[in-house]
Amino acid sequence: MANRIAGYDGVAVAVPVTVPYERFSIRGAHWFIASALKQLVDGAGISKDEIDGLCVASFTLAPDSAVGLTQHLGLSPRWLDHVPMGGASGIVSLRRAARAVQAGDAEIVACIAGDTNHVDSFRQSTASFSMFAQDAVYPYGAGGPNTSFAFLTAYYMRTYGAKPADFGKLCVAQRTNALQFPHALFKKPLTLDEYLTARLVADPLRLFDCVMPCAGADAFLVMSEDRARQLGLPHARLTGAIERHNAFPDDPVQDRGGWVMDRDRLYESAGIGPEDIDLFEAYDDYPVICVLQIEDLGFCGKGEGPDFIRRHSFEANGSFPLNTSGGQLSIGQAGAAGGTLGLVEAIRQLTGQTLGARVENARHALVSGYGMINFDRGLCSGAAILAAT
Amino acid sequence: MKPQDSAPGMEILAGFTSALATGAIRIVDLTQTLGPDFPTIVMPPEIGQSRAFRMEEISRYDERGGAWYWNNLSFGEHTGTHFDAPIHWVSGRDLPNSSTDTIPVADFIAPAVVIDCSRESAADADFLLTPDFIKIWEAAHGKIPPRCWVLMRTDWSKKSDPAAYQNFDEVGQHTPGPDPDAVRFLLNERDVLGFGTETIGTDAGQAAHFLPPYPCHYYMHGAGRYGLQCLTNLDLLPPTGSSLIAPPLKIQQGSGSPLRVLALVPSNPARSRP
Amino acid sequence: MSETIKRPKRKNPILKTRAPTLPPDRRSRIALGLVRGAALGNLELQCCAACGAVQYPPREACVRCLSAELEWTVMSGRGELVSETTLRHSQELFFRERVPWRLGLVRLAEGVSLVAHLDARCGPAPSAVTVEAALDRAGQAVLIAKPASGETALADEPKLRDFTSDPRFRKVLVTDAKSPVGQAVVKAALEAGADLVWAGHCEPWKNPPGWPAIAELPKVTLVPLDVTDTKSVNELAAELGFKVDIVINTSEHHRTFGLFGRTGVETARAEMETNCFGLLRLAQAFGPVMQSRGADGDAGAVAWINLLSIYALSNFPQHATYSASMAAALSVAQALRAEMRTAGIRVVNIFPGPIDDEWNQLLLPPKLAPSAVARAIVGALKGSVEDVYPGDIAQDWLARFRDNPKALERELGR
Repeated sequence: MANRIAGYDGVAVAVPVTVPYERFSIRGAHWFIASALKQLVDGAGISKDEIDGLCVASFTLAPDSAVGLTQHLGLSPRWLDHVPMGGASGIVSLRRAARAVQAGDAEIVACIAGDTNHVDSFRQSTASFSMFAQDAVYPYGAGGPNTSFAFLTAYYMRTYGAKPADFGKLCVAQRTNALQFPHALFKKPLTLDEYLTARLVADPLRLFDCVMPCAGADAFLVMSEDRARQLGLPHARLTGAIERHNAFPDDPVQDRGGWVMDRDRLYESAGIGPEDIDLFEAYDDYPVICVLQIEDLGFCGKGEGPDFIRRHSFEANGSFPLNTSGGQLSIGQAGAAGGTLGLVEAIRQLTGQTLGARVENARHALVSGYGMINFDRGLCSGAAILAAT
Repeated sequence: MKPQDSAPGMEILAGFTSALATGAIRIVDLTQTLGPDFPTIVMPPEIGQSRAFRMEEISRYDERGGAWYWNNLSFGEHTGTHFDAPIHWVSGRDLPNSSTDTIPVADFIAPAVVIDCSRESAADADFLLTPDFIKIWEAAHGKIPPRCWVLMRTDWSKKSDPAAYQNFDEVGQHTPGPDPDAVRFLLNERDVLGFGTETIGTDAGQAAHFLPPYPCHYYMHGAGRYGLQCLTNLDLLPPTGSSLIAPPLKIQQGSGSPLRVLALVPSNPARSRP
Repeated sequence: MSETIKRPKRKNPILKTRAPTLPPDRRSRIALGLVRGAALGNLELQCCAACGAVQYPPREACVRCLSAELEWTVMSGRGELVSETTLRHSQELFFRERVPWRLGLVRLAEGVSLVAHLDARCGPAPSAVTVEAALDRAGQAVLIAKPASGETALADEPKLRDFTSDPRFRKVLVTDAKSPVGQAVVKAALEAGADLVWAGHCEPWKNPPGWPAIAELPKVTLVPLDVTDTKSVNELAAELGFKVDIVINTSEHHRTFGLFGRTGVETARAEMETNCFGLLRLAQAFGPVMQSRGADGDAGAVAWINLLSIYALSNFPQHATYSASMAAALSVAQALRAEMRTAGIRVVNIFPGPIDDEWNQLLLPPKLAPSAVARAIVGALKGSVEDVYPGDIAQDWLARFRDNPKALERELGR
C-alpha cells in the first residue's frame, strides 16, 4: 500500500517581488538578494525578524551560501535551505518552504533567487558548473549550454517536424508580452523575420533563441493561508507541486522531461486538468524547452508541439497565455532568478498585481521549472499549480 | 747549472729577455686554438673514447653571475695541441718519472729540428718518413743533435675542414707519419727527446697495421721520450735553431695534456723584426 | 564536405604572429583516464566489471549498479550521430579563433551519449560514425566523430588537422640524419610532404652507407649539429630555430654493456651526454622560440619527437647504462612536454624495442628496421598520439609493464 502523498492544503504564496534587472552590475549577489528581502519585508508589512525561514538560489553568491547570508543580512531563521537547481530552484524552493510551513517548522519563509552579472560572470560560473560539463562538454568549445540545446533543438526539429518559425512564434509572442513589463531589458518589438534572420549562435539556434544574462532578483513569501489573511496580504494558494531529477536517463537525447513522470499526480493534487489552466509560466531558457513543457505537462501529445503552436496564440490575451511578462527570453536571465521569474508573475496575475499585460479571469496558473545542464540534458524539472483565492 | 755559473746565467737570461723585446728572438705559437670544432682522435667504437673539447658557460655577466664570465671545460688529455707522456703507452707504463707531473721540468724546454715533408704529404696522405729521408735532410742541415724535438712538417695543419684533417675512408685514416725504422733510427742513433707532428697523432694514420703497431708511440714512450701532436705553424720555423717551450699541465698521474707550445726562433740578424 | 588541404600562403612578416591559445584544459582526475588511452591512439571508456555497463562521462561508480570496479577498456567507437550543431560563437579564445566549428552528439553502440568534434566528412544526423579519442592542442583527450567508412585521416580534414602534427607544408629538423634511423626519418618526412628537412649531422669525417644519397635529396639541407656541444646547438637554433615546425630528435648514443661490463663511467657519460643532455640542450635552444610559433597559421610549430627506447620504461640490465640514459631522457622529455603544452606543441616519445643496427647485433630477433621506426614517427605526426611503442618487443614490454612492472623488472633481470 503506497503512502498517501500529502497535498499542499493551507499553503499561500504572497508578496511577489522583482529587483529591477540590469545588464551588468558591479554589485555582488548579496546586494540583489538583500534588496529582494527588504521589498518582501516592506511589502508584507512585517519586521525582518518575522522571517523565520529562508530559501536561497544563486549562482554568484560564492564563496557564501544561504548560511553566510543569515549573518550578512541579520537573520536568525529556524529553517534554512540553499537550492542549487538553476531554473528549477523556484519550484523546488516553494515545495520545501510549503512543507516547512505545513509542518510548523517555519511560519514565514522568504524564497529569494538572485544573481549579479559582472562582465566576466558568465565565464566564471560556467568554469565551475559541473564535473561532466568540465570533462565532456567545455573541451569542445562551448562555454555554456548552447551546444547541448542546439543538439536538442536540431533533434527535435528533425524528429517531430518543428520549423524555426514555430519557435519564432513563441519568441515573438513573449516579446509582445515583455513590451508591457517594466523590468524587461528588451524594449523593442521582435518580428518573425528578425527572429528567423538573426545571426546564428550554434546551428540551429539563433540570437533570439538564447537568453541574455543579467543581474537581478525575484522573490516571494510562503506562509499559511491563515497568516496571509491575518496580514491582509493578497495571495495565491498552492494546490500542487512536483519535482523530478535525472528523469529518463536512457533517452539518447532529451526530448521529454521529468514532468511526464509526475504530471498526473500534479493535476490530481490540484483537482484540475490541463484544460483548466489559464496561464502557463514555462521555463524558457530556449524555445524548444517551452515546447517540451507544453507537451510534457499535458497540453498536447509528444511531438504535437509544432501543431499546438500553430493552432494557438501566446500573448497575454491569446488562446494560450504563455510567459505573460515576457519570460527570460525577453526580460533577461538574472541567473537563478530565471527559475523564480515565472512564479512571481503567476502570483501577480492571480492576485491582480500585474505590472504589465494581464490575463483576464486568471483562476489557475501552471508554473514550470527546469535546469542544470549537467552534461547533455537538463537534470532538474519541477512544476507547481497556483490558484487564485 | 752549478752555483759558480750563476752570474753568467743572469747575463744570459737578461740577454734573452732583451732579445725577445727587440725581436732578435721571435716567439712563434705552434698551438691550435682549443675549441669544440677541432677534431679529436677517434677510437674504434667498441673501446673507450677520448672526449672532444667542450665548454659549458658557468655565467656570462648574467643571472648566473652578474660581474663575470667563466666556463667549465671538459676534454680528454689528448685533445687539441697536446703532449704525450711516456706513461701514455703500455711500453712506458713501468718507467720512472713518466707522467706529466713527474717528468723532469728540464725536458720542457728543448731545441727542435723541423723536417719538411710538406710536398710529399700533399702528394700522398700516407707518406711515411724514412731513415733515408732523414739522412738526406741531415746532409743539408747537419746531424740531428741529441735530446731535441724532431718535428715532422707536413702543412697538415692548414687543412681547416675537419673531415679533410681526419681524412678517413672505408679502410681507416690516412695521415702522414714516421715509419718504424725512422723511429728506431731517431731513438737509437740520434737519442732524440721526442717526436712532433701536425696531424692528430705522432703515428701515421695507418700505423695500426705497422709492426709494431703505432711504432712512434711504442718506441718513443718505451724509451721514456715524448710526443707532440696537432702542432701548427711549423712552416714558420727554420730547419734548425729553434727551441720549444712545451710544458704539459701538471696533472696527477697524467698521460698527457693540451698545452701551449711556443717556439723560440732566432731572427735573421739582417732582418730582425719586433 | 571537406576541402582538400591546401598549401598555406606565405606569412606576411610585418603582421604580429598569433599567440597560441588552448582549448579548455581542466579535467577531473577520473576523466584523465581518457588521456591514457588517447596517448596511445585508443578510445578507452570505463566498463563496469560487475555488470558490464559502459560509462560516459567518466565517473567514480557504475551508473547502473554503483560498483566501483570500473575498468578502462578499449572501445570500437561505433555509434550513431544523433544530432549536430555548428558553433558560430564561443567564449573560449581557442574556439573563438576557429569558428565555425562542428560538433556532434553521438550515441555509441554501448548505449552512452557523448559530445564530440564532428568531422566535416560526416553526413547529417542520423548517420553511422566512428568515434576516436584524440589529443587536442592542450594535450587533453577529446572525442572525434568520423564517418564510419571511407577516407577519414584526421590530417586530411582542414579543421581536424589541428589535432595532428601533419608534416605537410612544414619544415622539419632531424637532429641526427646520419644514423640509419635518421636517414630513414629524413626520407619518410619528405614522403609525408614536408617542405624542407634540415638534416643535422656531426663528425664530418664519418661517411656511413646511405649518407651521401641523403645529402643529395631535394628539399634536404645539411646543417651541422652536435647535441653534445652547447655552442653547436645554440648556433643552429639562432640560425633557424624560428623556422622549425617539427623537431625530430634522433640523436642517440647506444652501447651494450651491463653495469659491471665496462669499468668506469665514461661510456655511461657519453650515453647521458647525447641521450639526456643532448635533449636538454635542444630543448633550451629550440623550445622557447617554437613556443612563440605554436599558433603561427596553418604551418606553425607543432611537434617535438624524441626517439627514446623501450628500455626507458624499465632498465634492461644487459644495456644497463644505456637504459638509464634513456630513462633520464624520458624524464626530461616529460618536462619538455609540460612546457610545450602551454603553447599547444605536442611532445611525442617513441619507445622502440631494439633496433636492427650494429650495436644490437647479438640480440635475437624480433628487431626493428630503421624504416619501421621512421614509419612509426611519421605515423605519430599524422595522427594524434603522444606515446608510441613500435614493434613487437615494445608492445610486449609495455603490456608486461602495465600489467605488473615488478614482474617485468624480474624478467628483464634474469
